[in-house]
Amino acid sequence: MSAEKNMATQSNRASEAAREQVRVMRPAVDVFENGESISLLANLPGVAEEGLALEVDGNQLTITGDIAIDMPGNMASLQADVRFTRYQRAFNLSGELDTEKIAATLKDGLLSVTIPKREEVLPRRIEITSG
Amino acid sequence: MFGSISQWDGDIFDHFNRLEREMADLLGYSSGPASIREVARGSYPAINLGSTDDGVEVFVFAAGINQDQLELSIQQNLLTVNGECPDRQPESSNAYIKERFAGQFKRSLSLPEDIDPESATARYTNGVLHISLKRRAEAKARKIQVN
Repeated sequence: MSAEKNMATQSNRASEAAREQVRVMRPAVDVFENGESISLLANLPGVAEEGLALEVDGNQLTITGDIAIDMPGNMASLQADVRFTRYQRAFNLSGELDTEKIAATLKDGLLSVTIPKREEVLPRRIEITSG
Repeated sequence: MFGSISQWDGDIFDHFNRLEREMADLLGYSSGPASIREVARGSYPAINLGSTDDGVEVFVFAAGINQDQLELSIQQNLLTVNGECPDRQPESSNAYIKERFAGQFKRSLSLPEDIDPESATARYTNGVLHISLKRRAEAKARKIQVN
């Protein structure tokens, strides 16, 4: 019985999540990696610093951005490529990334996130000594 | 025992509704006749266009562009936005996802006939280029007094 109840709440939550998904846009991103870090660029046009949230929960990084644009109140829409006011996208981070040292900047609606790798996994040059 | 059945039903219909809305959005059913200059969904940059009593507001969603790389022109009522979005892949890096548009772009859209091209002002803030145009004075909506 309680298992059923549990399923019902779970499905409730799933449908809430589905409804929520309809109202958010998935921003276009680039993800690059070099020896020291992973960098992520996300197009969030219309988002100012106050409207941006970066969250790390366990190994999941979630980017949420709310568009804030001053629009005249009595405006009738003639064309709307952008229909919602929220961008959201989540990524699973792998263990070698140091989530404590994530750095992010937002300029002209372009979010740039750098996630360094943990020091112990950085590439090391191994000295060869001749015996 | 069956208390949760209705819950499931509701969810399934929710999903159908959502699917239907998304299909309608994708195929553009519900949007009426298309503009002759309409482009495929997902074209870069995304543009919102709104009309007020006094004018027309255009919002071009183009993140991370150097302001000098943006060019605007108006011919009659045809507005054209030109620009370039740099490829930001650092040298000696691997790319896993590369969805962001890079390179030259150009998009034109027709504005209502009664706008005054001379009145255009444009501002680039937080990656959105906002262009405001006024209607010509003689075309503005007027209230007519009924005697």
